[in-house]
Amino acid sequence: MSAEVELQNVSIAFGNFYAAKNVNVKIGAGEFFSFLGPSGCGKTTLLRAVSGFLEPSQGKVLIDGQDMAGIGPNKRPTSLIFQNLALFPLMSVADNIAFSLEVRGHDKVSRRKRADELLDLVALNGQGDKKVHELSGGQKQRVAIARALAVEPKVLLLDEPLSALDLKLRQKMRTELRAIQQRVGITFIYITHDQGEALTMSDRVGVMNEGELEQVGSCYDVYEAPCTPFVATFVGENNAFYGKVEKVEGGKVKVQTGGSSFIGQAGLGLDKKNYKFKAGDEVIMFVRPEAISLKGSSKKAQNSFSAEIKTIEFEGNLKNIFLRSKEGVDIRFSVPSSTDTSGMAPSKNVSLSFSQDNAVVLPTGALALD
Amino acid sequence: MNSFYKKNGPVIATFFLVAIIFWLVFLIVIPQLYMLDLSFRPNLPPLLRGGPDDVYTLTHYKHFLYGSETSKDAYNYVDIGVFFDTIITAVLVTIINLCFCYPIAFYIAKLATPNTARLLVLALVIPFWINELLRSFAIRILFAGEGVINNILLELGLISTAVNFIALDIALYTGLTYAYILLMIFPLYNALETLDTNQLEAAKDLGSSTVRTHWRIVIPHAKAGIASGCTMVFMLTAGALATPVVLSSPNTYWFTQLIYQWFNMNDNWSRGSAYSIILLVVSVTFVLLMMRLFKVTIGEVVR
Ligand SMILES: Nc1ncnc2c1ncn2[C@@H]1O[C@H](COP(=O)(O)OP(=O)(O)OP(=O)(O)O)[C@@H](O)[C@H]1O
Ligand SMILES: [Mg+2]
Repeated sequence: MSAEVELQNVSIAFGNFYAAKNVNVKIGAGEFFSFLGPSGCGKTTLLRAVSGFLEPSQGKVLIDGQDMAGIGPNKRPTSLIFQNLALFPLMSVADNIAFSLEVRGHDKVSRRKRADELLDLVALNGQGDKKVHELSGGQKQRVAIARALAVEPKVLLLDEPLSALDLKLRQKMRTELRAIQQRVGITFIYITHDQGEALTMSDRVGVMNEGELEQVGSCYDVYEAPCTPFVATFVGENNAFYGKVEKVEGGKVKVQTGGSSFIGQAGLGLDKKNYKFKAGDEVIMFVRPEAISLKGSSKKAQNSFSAEIKTIEFEGNLKNIFLRSKEGVDIRFSVPSSTDTSGMAPSKNVSLSFSQDNAVVLPTGALALD
Repeated sequence: MNSFYKKNGPVIATFFLVAIIFWLVFLIVIPQLYMLDLSFRPNLPPLLRGGPDDVYTLTHYKHFLYGSETSKDAYNYVDIGVFFDTIITAVLVTIINLCFCYPIAFYIAKLATPNTARLLVLALVIPFWINELLRSFAIRILFAGEGVINNILLELGLISTAVNFIALDIALYTGLTYAYILLMIFPLYNALETLDTNQLEAAKDLGSSTVRTHWRIVIPHAKAGIASGCTMVFMLTAGALATPVVLSSPNTYWFTQLIYQWFNMNDNWSRGSAYSIILLVVSVTFVLLMMRLFKVTIGEVVR
């Protein structure tokens, strides 16, 4: 059983400070939805409003169409996995998992049976009698998931549950979480500041900034068609060219930036329609590092410019090349590690190009800070 | 030991060691051994001490059990009665104290905002700047026949004649409970404070009632603190003197009052020592038994 979760104009204030501002989103039954945003943007606060530990100052939380106002966390069909897991250290693994059954008065035998089933589900068979501190980080993670699933929630809420794990384990758990979600078929609402995590697991992502939900969309949309400069720079890397609109032709926008003019696509607004620009508008053109290539290597690349190499960074599968253009814009682009870069060296000038299909033009706004 | 020296430097480390050894040897071990020795000797005038009559004897311990040779009773019902009254009352006071302090400590540790918590701690501590004797008299004033509480109750018409709180030992219980409240609150607070608040929320999220959350999660977590607080309160209550002297009804005796009488009024230090030793041994044994029962180790309690 899964449920639909809807936030209607949800705002949450602490004194005069709004940790969430007018959030509207409808999360479908059985969906894996992630809230993605930098630290302190109000993700945990929003999740606590869904789980019932906090009442929104304004707006409504609806689960399966039912208004949750005044309904406590123990009465909602949700189950929360805490940022630090909050397992009960003095109980065995099985007792932890079956705690919600104990609460409902199930007898010892049926509790144990259910705990063993859930241990199977999270691939921890036979570990029920261990103490929590005897488990590894990844195993604790799974116990927390099993414990939360034991209440048979319609919605599982996960607050950065992987943040304490090391990289390899995190990647493994991503796949596993996704698999568990598909097996149990309930709604997962996941919170993270790690865009890789959000993009690999989710059906849809909501990008948050300073309490506001800036964009909701499929992983692909959020990455390829960001609606705001914040989303463009927070989700993945992006190069930002500030400039003024010179000319608009259909969906194409010619932007005057520094000495050169580039052509790009007008970005999609929140209403799914292309932004309407007119000559003279202040805009930012975003080009992903992987969309930039050395001049001449791609025929489709209509925009070209030259810049001075600052540093070259080796990142395993990629080489990141940091440059500065004549106009003083910092640019980054990446090539596969196998690319021969012997001709490139710091302080050398290179000519680069990118296709107009890969350049997104958005109205000016705040970027994500790195 | 080496690391202790390294950590604190030679001067401070030596000072600590000397101070601790002095404290242990001169203020605890030697006086207690002296008392133990004294309790096994007859009560002799100073001139005869060390003489041929000064031999080890169990007469004081026998006196506690069987009474004086002239008494007709088989056992010393009076002293044994006072002894068990004292122990049972001390247990009751400890339990009342725990029930009273647990919610307060929990509130300060987990629910109050930092400012409220500080204020509450201050409000708890400040009354203890007044000495125990004065606090006991203050409680006596509250509970006396013509006291504050009786006057208020009479004024409100809730009672028609004054209640004798002193004779009912209500004043004594209140005074004893209040006397060592801080020694219960602080170990409890320390233990509760280390409990991760998320665990309380997790339990709630899993559907647990408040009572069950406390029973299954908070109390097990705070067990050592509870044991530590109860031990201290029990020991100090059983050994209290000032509060019972001021607040007990004329026909209630506290065991320490007997000890005091043997030492001071009857000038029988040997018997006083024997009675103190009995109180000490029984209290310690009782505490150890309780700790065994609740599966707490000494290491946890003193942590
Ligand atoms: N109880 C509270 N009282 C006052 N301010 C709060 C409270 N809880 C959170 N805040 C503030 O609300 C903002 C959002 O906090 P929140 O915990 O939701 O962030 P987050 O997105 O979960 O961050 P992180 O990724 O670091 O966990 C922060 O600025 C925080 O200081
Ligand atoms: Mg958070």
